Amino acid sequence: MAQKARRKNKELFALGNEAVVEGALLAGCTFFAGYPITPSSEIMEGMAQRLPCSEDGVFIQMEDEIASLGAVIGASLAGRKAMTATSGPGFSLMQEHVGYACMAEAPCVIVNVMRGGPSTGLPTSPAQGDVQMARWGTHGDHPIIVLSASTVQECLEMTIVAFNFSEKYRVPVILLIDEVTAHTREKITIPSEREYEIFSRVLPSMPPEWFKPFEETTRGVPPMAPIGSGYRIHVTGLTHDPMGYPTQRPDEVEEFTHRLFRKIDQHFPDIVITEEHNTKDAEVAVVAYGSVARSARLAVDQAREQGIKAGLLHLKTLFPFPRAAVEKLTRRGAAILVPEMNMGQMSREVKRVNSGRVRVRTINRVDGLIITPSQILKNIAQM
Amino acid sequence: MSQVTQLIHQYLRHNKRFPHVFCPGCGHGIVLGSLVRSVHNADLSKDEVCLVAGIGCSGRMAVYVDFNTVHTTHGRALTFATGIKMANPELTVICVMGDGDALSIGGNHLIHAARRNVGITALILNNNIYGMTGGQCSSTTPMGARSMTTPHGQLENTFDIAELAKVAGANYVARSTAFHAKMMDAQITAALTRPGFSLVEAFSPCHTQYGRKNKFRTVVDMYQDLKTRSMPMDKWNETDPAKRGDKFPVGVFVERDEPGLEERYAAMSAGLRAKEASA
Ligand SMILES: Cc1ncc(C[n+]2csc(CCOP(=O)(O)OP(=O)(O)O)c2C)c(N)n1
Ligand code: SF4
Repeated sequence: MAQKARRKNKELFALGNEAVVEGALLAGCTFFAGYPITPSSEIMEGMAQRLPCSEDGVFIQMEDEIASLGAVIGASLAGRKAMTATSGPGFSLMQEHVGYACMAEAPCVIVNVMRGGPSTGLPTSPAQGDVQMARWGTHGDHPIIVLSASTVQECLEMTIVAFNFSEKYRVPVILLIDEVTAHTREKITIPSEREYEIFSRVLPSMPPEWFKPFEETTRGVPPMAPIGSGYRIHVTGLTHDPMGYPTQRPDEVEEFTHRLFRKIDQHFPDIVITEEHNTKDAEVAVVAYGSVARSARLAVDQAREQGIKAGLLHLKTLFPFPRAAVEKLTRRGAAILVPEMNMGQMSREVKRVNSGRVRVRTINRVDGLIITPSQILKNIAQM
Repeated sequence: MSQVTQLIHQYLRHNKRFPHVFCPGCGHGIVLGSLVRSVHNADLSKDEVCLVAGIGCSGRMAVYVDFNTVHTTHGRALTFATGIKMANPELTVICVMGDGDALSIGGNHLIHAARRNVGITALILNNNIYGMTGGQCSSTTPMGARSMTTPHGQLENTFDIAELAKVAGANYVARSTAFHAKMMDAQITAALTRPGFSLVEAFSPCHTQYGRKNKFRTVVDMYQDLKTRSMPMDKWNETDPAKRGDKFPVGVFVERDEPGLEERYAAMSAGLRAKEASA
């Protein structure tokens, strides 16, 4: 980047969307392609401002979201850390290419600033209705990583994490933000370069003749050769053999699909990020993510002041689902409350893991308004 | 070794991916041959060429040629190609598409790639039909023609690919046919060496899906038709439009030397950095 190596922290008064831009640049993103949509546009505008000022930064506004993710995948295959940002309707259009990125193991980051839906829905109102689409939006069996952010600072941090995961595991990573966080302006600290770790995809070290671009490795993640680096590989959305050529041989097809899952399964402890607040002795545990986690944190503190043993499990990774963290709560016998701005997209996962062990209640708000601390507190008190 | 054998050895992944899927008589093989000769004539190394293809019979070329190859999604090849070219402008990016791919599902991407004048060579194999999915009509299936989805005759107007690319802003637009392999070689070579967006439309007969349903009794009839109906560009321009009948022009439609998007972008970026450095 053109910006000089920073040794010191820097403070900024920023929107969540602006923090995503900062995080992406810190993570080494040099390519952005997108199409404007509320409430995500500030991410694209920030990238349009910043990327052309750096040595190798490329920004391009495409004709739609299908094209945007296509260009991002192309840039990724050519060796760039690439991202796009959108909101519900745009994310719907991207789905075929999400699948392509899974199949081709092309690292990329997709930020979806959720708005009310379906269809054009509520363009400027907060919602969390795209959680299951982020997991299952494209066709076929495939793992994927879905992250969320609940504060402006977290927008920055989780964007870095998103890039790191996508590069480490060669998967598209989806960062879900809700409109509240995206459009909240608050003070954030941009960490100095020594304070965060940046991961970049592993390049092949063997001569091109020996390279099998989709071969199993101990990490499950094959090294990746950028187009133009002399390895001359074939990349396809068709199910392929370790050389990258299309195959329909049942053993190869099965092995390939299993490897896609294995490379994520094997690294659950690294990928699954949760934060616990007062859960050790909690009799009521709130499980929340995004801006709702913020409301929940305050509600939990207020409940404690009233003598209710409440705690918060804050999910930062939504998929793979943080099963172990939820199981721990249910084994301790804590009643669980899942507030979310949808009809129950994450509480399904919680209930699935709980398998009827403890009481699970939900707060489902779909009127385009946020879930407040007092609403959560009231529900905690009733449990 | 004859030149043909030499080129096959040099440019095709012959040991891995053959025999190919093209039907006997399909024009796609002729276009593939022309593409390989053009890369050879343009003196490009295999490492600096990236071939991006869509989905369809034409898209299969990506597996056969020994360049950097990306077999993408149906209709979206140009979006991937745009990302690749902008990410690494040093690469010679070729985008191979069928008429369904480029004009039907991907029509929007085509006009925008041409408008952007991004440095890609688009090669469109126009067989007037969806070959791979079994002969449904495309947006170039002629009015009245039969297909699996126009069993009673096609009612819609068709796109003229070359004219469309021309008005959309491409730097270089040319058309040839599988009957005119030499002309095609020259056009693809010119496209590869020119800045900005180049488009070569190659009429490529599909006897299996189009010919059979439209009274072309043999494959030879289809090539014969391309021969008799094509008219060199200069002659076309001199001919009274009323007397052109069912003929179509082959040759070069546009030839400009405007810098490609990647070049304009690099200049803007350098300017911004110079300004920042002096501030
Ligand atoms: C999104 C999507 N829709 C439909 C298809 C099915 N499909 C595969 S190839 C094809 C048509 C190919 O026709 P064309 O692009 O003209 O190429 P040709 O096979 O004639 O060379 C279609 C519709 C697909 N692969 N993806
Ligand atoms: S179906 Fe048509 S386009 Fe496809 S290979 Fe056969 S002849 Fe060629």
